[in-house]
Amino acid sequence: MINEIILMNGYGAYVWSAFSFTLISFVALYFVTKLQLSKEKKKFVAKFGSLNVEKAKIARSQNINREILSNTSKI
Amino acid sequence: MFKHFEPNKIFAITSRAPKYILFLFIVVLTIGLTEALILSPEDYKQSDAVRIMYVHVPAAWISLGTFSSLALLSVGSFVFKNKNFALISKSLAPAGFIFNIIALVTGSIWGKPTWGTWWAWDARITSMLILALFYGMYLLAWRIYEDKEQVVKVTSMIAILGVINVPIIKYSVDWWNTLHQPPSISILSNNSIHVSMLIPLVIMTAAFALFSVLIFLMKYNTELIKIKNKGLDRL
Repeated sequence: MINEIILMNGYGAYVWSAFSFTLISFVALYFVTKLQLSKEKKKFVAKFGSLNVEKAKIARSQNINREILSNTSKI
Repeated sequence: MFKHFEPNKIFAITSRAPKYILFLFIVVLTIGLTEALILSPEDYKQSDAVRIMYVHVPAAWISLGTFSSLALLSVGSFVFKNKNFALISKSLAPAGFIFNIIALVTGSIWGKPTWGTWWAWDARITSMLILALFYGMYLLAWRIYEDKEQVVKVTSMIAILGVINVPIIKYSVDWWNTLHQPPSISILSNNSIHVSMLIPLVIMTAAFALFSVLIFLMKYNTELIKIKNKGLDRL
């Protein structure tokens, strides 16, 4: 059974390489995108931390800024 | 109507959605892979090589659909002068490009056992390659141009010009003598594909669509945070 799945009647190399290429592309794109997102989030947190009290209060008044700060550890 | 979809209003949803989409994607992909690699039958002519169809065809569909959306959103950004349309287009493009590359590479791998060659300048393959070039130009333009208005104009032009290629890809098998077979799946007429092969194809398409949505949301959130970062500089 396992041999049949691996060999695929002699087409195993083609089938598995096509599926592997697809899955590797998915993983690569996912991690590159995730890296870019966390980079921007870190930048945002650092900039927010450097604001003085007054400016931080203004920035915090926007919902979207609060949302970014609230999920910095997530995707 | 577009006011309800302003980035500031929908960020609460777009920032939380990826983890749920990722979970759903993994579940659907697992079912799809089991169906495609183990449960679905082999083809009477192509034998097990037919299984490549389950990654090749959905990838091609999603890349075509994504490019059509880019063009539609580009027209929308011209007509409604809505900046969010450009942001959505920019976030959609990377996944579309990757699916285009997957379609080309898996098609090439499928070509070897079925046609005896890795590559042929066949009408459909060539037009898919042209689509990849348009995707490449679109993504490059966002990196090259710094002026916001200019980049929106240039990328919109690329998307609108490139979409002319979409019907060429679709009908290339009817208009020219190509190595590709005519379409086996049609919404308007009967499908020539057996249901035992159609089910894994549909499940894999759903998985690929979910992945595309996942990448789109992550990219969209990245772009929004980038804008907010600039906003903090201006405070």
